[in-house]
Amino acid sequence: MQTPEERGEARLRLEFEVTGLDFATAGSAATRVKRALEHVGFSARAVRRAAITAYEAEMNIVIHARRGLLKVCVAPEAVVIVAADEGPGIADLELAMQEGFSTAPEDVREMGFGAGMGLPNMRRCSDHFTIQSVVGRGTTVRAVIKNDQVGGRGRGV
Amino acid sequence: MSYFHSVTLQRAKCKGCTNCIKRCPTEAIRVREGKAHILEERCVDCGECIRICPNQAKVAVTDRLERLEEFRYNVALPAPAFFGQFGRDVDPGQVLGGLINLGFDHVVEVALGADVVTAAIRRYLREHPQPRPLISSACPTVVRLIQVRFPSLVDHIIPLHTPMDVAALLARRQAREQHGLADGDVGTWFITPCPAKLTAVRQPVGMTLSEVTGAFSMAEIYGMMLPLLAQAPEGGELQQASAHGFGWGRAGGENQAIGAGALLSVDGIHNVIALLEEVLRDRLGDLDYLELQACVAGCVGGSLVAENPFVGRTNLRMLTERLGATGPGFPEEAAVRLLAEAPQVRGPVEPRPVMRLDEDPARAISKTEQLERVLESLPGLDCGSCGSPHCRSLAEDIVRGRAFETDCVFKLREQVHALAAEMLELAHRLPPAMGQRDEGEDGADSNEA
Repeated sequence: MQTPEERGEARLRLEFEVTGLDFATAGSAATRVKRALEHVGFSARAVRRAAITAYEAEMNIVIHARRGLLKVCVAPEAVVIVAADEGPGIADLELAMQEGFSTAPEDVREMGFGAGMGLPNMRRCSDHFTIQSVVGRGTTVRAVIKNDQVGGRGRGV
Repeated sequence: MSYFHSVTLQRAKCKGCTNCIKRCPTEAIRVREGKAHILEERCVDCGECIRICPNQAKVAVTDRLERLEEFRYNVALPAPAFFGQFGRDVDPGQVLGGLINLGFDHVVEVALGADVVTAAIRRYLREHPQPRPLISSACPTVVRLIQVRFPSLVDHIIPLHTPMDVAALLARRQAREQHGLADGDVGTWFITPCPAKLTAVRQPVGMTLSEVTGAFSMAEIYGMMLPLLAQAPEGGELQQASAHGFGWGRAGGENQAIGAGALLSVDGIHNVIALLEEVLRDRLGDLDYLELQACVAGCVGGSLVAENPFVGRTNLRMLTERLGATGPGFPEEAAVRLLAEAPQVRGPVEPRPVMRLDEDPARAISKTEQLERVLESLPGLDCGSCGSPHCRSLAEDIVRGRAFETDCVFKLREQVHALAAEMLELAHRLPPAMGQRDEGEDGADSNEA
């Protein structure tokens, strides 16, 4: 019988619970995602793009939502990052995707977060990006980052 | 590939304690069979283990002064930090004269090289708007740290020679032009505050050949020179570097020399790692330049330095003030021309990722999954008793086949406990022929009579 590896179905699944306004541990999930991708041997560029995406997804939950779940699935050729939160939702997705647009509260902005670059950065760093939102319920983003040129140099983002 | 490292272990002195494995920023040390082992591909020569080792088992291998006999003409290249070893009553000229007294034919300050590099950095920042932030190439430990732990950031390292390389270049040019000496007759000797610079001399990153012949420990040279200082010839005419050039030896001095732009300076390798995580997340794109120094207080905090790092830092700051900070020490045009004429063109720094668990991505995924599972089962105390620095690194070592779950003293105890319980259980089970009835059964069973 073939192993999942031989069938090309090897998958690594990670899940992290993220709590709103918990700035002390914010970023720890993204760090673990990054480390896992380094262990798997993703290219330096893909690791960085995934690290940025996971970080922005985690921070969006911390800044805007009550809580959320960051789910990551790693396959040899790509990583899928899904962040689903229970939060206010986004009324105008098109506006939210514009660089510099932010609904982050003033105190959060004073901490240097919420500059309105999170969602545009995630889209820029991923090969496939979708966002769904229901006002009053929450938001789910899904990003796919391909493992390009395995082991290659990390030029640009 | 094999790597040269200045940081090495004196096996006989190592007691197998776990101080060093916990302090190592790249998790490059394991204790096995009672002795520390350095994982060569991960070591960045930061010298943290030298600082922490209570038994002085970790040492930096530097060159012996006797090597001066191998060359006809020897030039000392004192690091800027060297001038921080002396109090306010000692001028750079005296220090330079002291080095001549020690047996060198000439001295070129690395601070002069720093003046050249300062001018080149200014120009580079102006002409290259991307990527941001750029990272100083001066600290060899930081460059190696980026290769190993932040390989996607190698393109942020500014592609310029270091002040040490430039000083050696100037020394060789002077020996050639003024004394007609062939390259093979000239020894250029860096007086180093840290082991990483010696590694950089022996195994340069992004360069085919170092212009520097070797490196002497700053503390050793300091010790030899101190008694000679009083009778040192006044070497005032040897001093060429600007006040800002000397400043490079302390944290913040490089940025102060550059002067313009959004510049940030961080010292201490653990602080540097935290900052590089932020760069990796693309949070610092509004900064132009990062002066990152592995040692606390900068080069004056190197593990081969005699004076207290903070005293050294103040000494250097006051020296800069005393000399009068008077703009650029080297004209920009001349600096850029000099670097362009450098015989060894500095190539890109290559990434050197070390975390991959398997060449085959599918197998690497299975191993990463296994690593997460093993990690769940470990106590999470990061005690280091197993010889790996953290539970996570033990899990990694287990998956790589370099350790066993029972290397964890808590797992071992659990298993011993379970085994002991089983033995006790077995001990109670006697063969039926030897069985004893207890009191309660005695009267109840009447069939036996």
